[in-house]
Amino acid sequence: MFVLTIWILAGLLLALSLFKSKEKTAASLLTSWKFFRSLALPVLLTIWVIGFLLTFLSPELISRVLGQNLGWRGTVLAALFGSVVLIQAFIAFPLAGSLLRQGASVSAIAAFVTTLVMVGVITAPLEIKFFGKKFTLWRNLLSFVFALIIALIMGARLG
Amino acid sequence: MKKILTAKNLILLLGLATIIVYLFNHEQAFSILLMAKNYLIEMLSVLPPIVVLIGLFQVWVPRQTVEKAMGSSSGLRGILMAILVGTVAMGPLYAAFPLGISLLEKGASLFNVAVFLCVWASIKIPMILFEIKFLGLDFAGLRLALTLPSIIMISFFLTLILEKERKI
Repeated sequence: MFVLTIWILAGLLLALSLFKSKEKTAASLLTSWKFFRSLALPVLLTIWVIGFLLTFLSPELISRVLGQNLGWRGTVLAALFGSVVLIQAFIAFPLAGSLLRQGASVSAIAAFVTTLVMVGVITAPLEIKFFGKKFTLWRNLLSFVFALIIALIMGARLG
Repeated sequence: MKKILTAKNLILLLGLATIIVYLFNHEQAFSILLMAKNYLIEMLSVLPPIVVLIGLFQVWVPRQTVEKAMGSSSGLRGILMAILVGTVAMGPLYAAFPLGISLLEKGASLFNVAVFLCVWASIKIPMILFEIKFLGLDFAGLRLALTLPSIIMISFFLTLILEKERKI
């Protein structure tokens, strides 16, 4: 759905641009191409790491760890898991929901879900490519810390 | 020291690791490559239109427009703009990086771009609905209520750290 929308949008705007100015369109496509080429290595790196993670860090393993009640260590572990794995939200929420019903702690699940979306260790090579090492490091680190704070507050309120 | 951790070397390392896995377990090595291939296809279906859009954005959208809407003097309106753009846009986070950097290059403030990125990553209407369905309204609602102020603070600290160093 997203993919189709964005291809159509890009196609329409490109056609409009071509209609208005050939030179500007050529310049924009050159920018696009340079951009695309610079992404080759980070993308290769990212997908390869994903291959490793999906092979060795199965949903069953994640469920096993998150399902145990390990107190604050469980919350930190869940946050770490959420930071390194890459699961689509549409798989992660049902998984998190079933773990919660099976008795996993609220703070662990909240930490997992929050770092899952906010912290991206795997996509870091791509983020570095655009924003630099410093930005990437601090954005992810701060997001991790705040995810833990969110998790602790939620554990206290709902747990 | 810095030159050791380049993308190229890391890729070589991954290649080596894959070969080692292959020696011990053929199936796992194939699984690694298969998963990587699946993600490559997914990324290749998203990135081309994104880079085309960014090229068009760079050429057609005047700097003043972005500066006025999301620049350092845009105030609360700029933050709301960043939140709005981040919420309504669909797609994976890696699609937001190129958009974020082109906003930055066009004069949006670092703070607003950081807000945009974090919101894009964590607050999406369909995602919230999904979370309510599977984790309940209490859980999803409280998490959302805590996430938004967290994003503002993350972006604030991030800007503070980076502006001091003037690295970006």
